[in-house]
Amino acid sequence: MRVRSSAPPIGARVPVATAPAEPDVDVAPEVEGDEATAVDTPWQTIVWNDPVNLMSYVTWVLQKLFGYDKAKATALMLDVHHKGRATVSAGSREKVEGDVAKLHAAGLWATMQRQS
Amino acid sequence: MGDHAAAVLGVKAWKRHGRGERVRYVAVLDRPEASVLRGLMGQVDDMLSGRGAEAPADELAALTGIRTGPSTRPDDPVLARLLPDFAPESEPDADELSAALRSVREPELIEAKQAAIATVLATCPAGGGRVELAPQQAEQWLTAINDVRLALGVALEVTEDMPEGLPPDDPRADHLPVYHWLTWLQDSLVGVLAA
Repeated sequence: MRVRSSAPPIGARVPVATAPAEPDVDVAPEVEGDEATAVDTPWQTIVWNDPVNLMSYVTWVLQKLFGYDKAKATALMLDVHHKGRATVSAGSREKVEGDVAKLHAAGLWATMQRQS
Repeated sequence: MGDHAAAVLGVKAWKRHGRGERVRYVAVLDRPEASVLRGLMGQVDDMLSGRGAEAPADELAALTGIRTGPSTRPDDPVLARLLPDFAPESEPDADELSAALRSVREPELIEAKQAAIATVLATCPAGGGRVELAPQQAEQWLTAINDVRLALGVALEVTEDMPEGLPPDDPRADHLPVYHWLTWLQDSLVGVLAA
C-alpha cells in the first residue's frame, strides 16, 4: 500500500470535544468467574473499550502481560469489545497499580478501582 | 475496538524468518512509508518530551533519583489519551488517587513509550527498505505503532466503524489512509508475533 510521504500533523488536529469518554458508572463491575483471588482482594484492574485498539492487539497484550492463555485473553477482549469493559486482574493496590501502568505503557485504556 | 483494514485483508506486511533465538520479523517499507512512519514517531516523541519537561523541578528528586511527574492530566487530548488517569471518575477519591499515581508513574511511562519509539527510529531505514527485528524489538514496534495510532485516532476523531474513506471535503480525508495503513501494519505484526 502506498502512502503519502507527508506525515499528518498530529498537533494541528481538528477540534476534539472530549478525551476518552467518562466511564459508564451504571455498569456493575464484573468479576471474572475464574478469578479465584478476586473475592479476597480489594482492587480491580478494568480495561475499557476504545475505538482504536485492535482486537488482535488487546488479546496479545493480555496474554503477554498476565500470562493468560489465548482462550482467556480472547474472552476478556470480547467482554471489553461487547460490554465496554472487563476486569482483567485483581489484587492488592500495589499489584493493580502496576498492572494499570503496564496496560497504559501498552496503550490500553485501563483504570483501577476498589472492589464493590 | 477497531478491526483490521478490510481492503488489505490477506496481504501480510511482516514475515517471520528463522526460529528460536534467531527468529526475526521482516518487512519491507518503501520510502514514503518509512518517511510517514518516522515522521509520526517523531511527532509523538516530541509531544512526550514536552510533557516530560513539565515535570516539577524537585531537589529531593535530584538527590534521591526518584523522579516526580506532573499530578494533573495533560490538557492536550492526544497526551491525555497516551497518559490516561489511573482512577475512573466513579471512584470516590478518583482525583486524589489519579494525581498521586500520575506523579509517581508518569515519568516511567513516558520513558517506556519513548524507548519504543527510539527502537522504531533505530531500525526503520530513513529511505525505506528492509526492516528486520528481533522479538523484543518487534514488541517495541507494536507499542510504538499503537501509540501513533492512538494519537491519530484522537486527531482524526476515529470511531469504531471508521469507513475506509471519507468525503473529499472532510479535512481528515487525506490522512485517514495513513491511519488505516498503520492499522494494517500493526495487525500484521501482531499476527506473526502471536503465531
